[in-house]
Amino acid sequence: MEGNFERTLIDGLNTWARTNSPWAIHYNSGSCNGCDIEILATLTPRYDIERLGIKLQGSPRHADVLICTGPVSRQSRDRLVRIYEQMPDPKFVVAVGSCAISGGAFRGLYNIMGGIDEVIPVNVFIPGCPPRPEAIIYGVVQLLETLKK
Amino acid sequence: MEEQVQAKNKFVVPIGPQHPALKEPGHFEFTVDGEIVVGATVRLGYAHRGIEKGCEDRNWAQGMYLVERVCGICSHIHAMTFALGAEKLANVTAPPRAQAIRLLVGELERIHSHMLWLGVQAHEGGFDTLFMYTWRDRETVMDLLEMLTGNRVNYSANVLGGVKCDVTDPIASEILKGMDFLEQRARYYLDIVSTDETFLGRTRDVGTMTKEQALRIGAIGPTGRASGLERDVRLNAPYAGYVDFPIKVVTEQGGDLLARTLVRVKELFESIRLIREVLDKLPPGEISVRMPRRVPEGAVVSRVEAPRGEVLYYMKSAGSDKPERIKIRTPSICNWATVMATAVGHKLADMPMLLAGIDPCFSCSDRSVKIVRRDDEQYMTWEALRQYGNGFYR
Repeated sequence: MEGNFERTLIDGLNTWARTNSPWAIHYNSGSCNGCDIEILATLTPRYDIERLGIKLQGSPRHADVLICTGPVSRQSRDRLVRIYEQMPDPKFVVAVGSCAISGGAFRGLYNIMGGIDEVIPVNVFIPGCPPRPEAIIYGVVQLLETLKK
Repeated sequence: MEEQVQAKNKFVVPIGPQHPALKEPGHFEFTVDGEIVVGATVRLGYAHRGIEKGCEDRNWAQGMYLVERVCGICSHIHAMTFALGAEKLANVTAPPRAQAIRLLVGELERIHSHMLWLGVQAHEGGFDTLFMYTWRDRETVMDLLEMLTGNRVNYSANVLGGVKCDVTDPIASEILKGMDFLEQRARYYLDIVSTDETFLGRTRDVGTMTKEQALRIGAIGPTGRASGLERDVRLNAPYAGYVDFPIKVVTEQGGDLLARTLVRVKELFESIRLIREVLDKLPPGEISVRMPRRVPEGAVVSRVEAPRGEVLYYMKSAGSDKPERIKIRTPSICNWATVMATAVGHKLADMPMLLAGIDPCFSCSDRSVKIVRRDDEQYMTWEALRQYGNGFYR
């Protein structure tokens, strides 16, 4: 019983830390970079996602959340998988934009494999071409809500 | 990669394609001797999607929406180049009001792009305050674009034969109000970038490119204008509204990063002046004319000045409702050579600013991809490298 109690305590602590300060990493696997500038806009003063504890940083080895934009091109597929594999568990993936969902406007082009979920598992999809910064924040909050449960 | 590492004390620093500095995938290899860069190469192609081929499967109207997504920052420019070319092929002329609105959206986009760039450049130099300031003020122009066209990015303001959004009086007065604010802010930025010692220290005499070098390498856009090249498609071969509303070309003689910064900040004033003039003398009338579904046989070259330089489309029609061939030449691909040429001799720490200095756009650059096979044992296949990498860190 005591071991159980400790485990519950540690799990609770982990969830608390994870949902209050998720570190994100961003990878563009072939996007038109419209979504990328909107992600950058969510970090800057008007939207300021850092006030929710979300921090964008550089290395996959420090990241909890992988924010993907764009369809997966054949060139960047291997890189995307590699970045995903380098992230420590537990890891979550947010696919931003119509292209990341299905390939969007680029679906069917010869160098496009499709959406992000063709290659790696995705937790949250955010639609839009590109999604507004508010939508991106909403999507990330949805992810954090599911983690709390 | 062509020049092999000779001496023992030289080291190759690979950067990318996932890196914290730029938001887009590109792979660089800098050969360093201590701190000093002695060789630089770039490998592109991660964002290659196959848009040119895709255009051949879509009809003219659908193709315009596809090329709009070549690049999310200068999306209007790409759609406008495509529309202007298709209209020329079909012998259709968009009404003067549509041409003026195309100019208006184009200049608003230039402001948004240059402010975005100024922020990124400041960020690469470790000047995050300026980054946050420019991006806060940039939201003003994003709001104006959204009010005018309905979307913040990828506005789809063009249709074949005109535009689909009209400038009403309330929108015009909002834009003018926004311009007043932006002009005041732009003056502040000009003051900062030309007087702040930290910023000057990072930009003055870094990556200097002479006029002769710029001509030889083929630098275009603000990168070329910072070296004294007076080249601007808006002036040399006016299109859309630029026939009636001429611009003044902004040039600098320095050729270094500081000059590239000054050119872009001064272009903000020029764009603001032009927007005011257009709103003042907006021609009345229709905003679009009917465009035939099938475009007559022929070929055309359509040139437009994007925020980063000249965009060139070669468009060929075989008389059907689909293009026969679309070839896109974007400005970033021309300017890559300038980075590789000017990087040598600088410290590795200057590389992020030098790279960002041309305002690179990878999704624009990756128009074509060339795969070079190397059978050297030094090179591993991706699969083997991944296995090795994962095993190494386990």
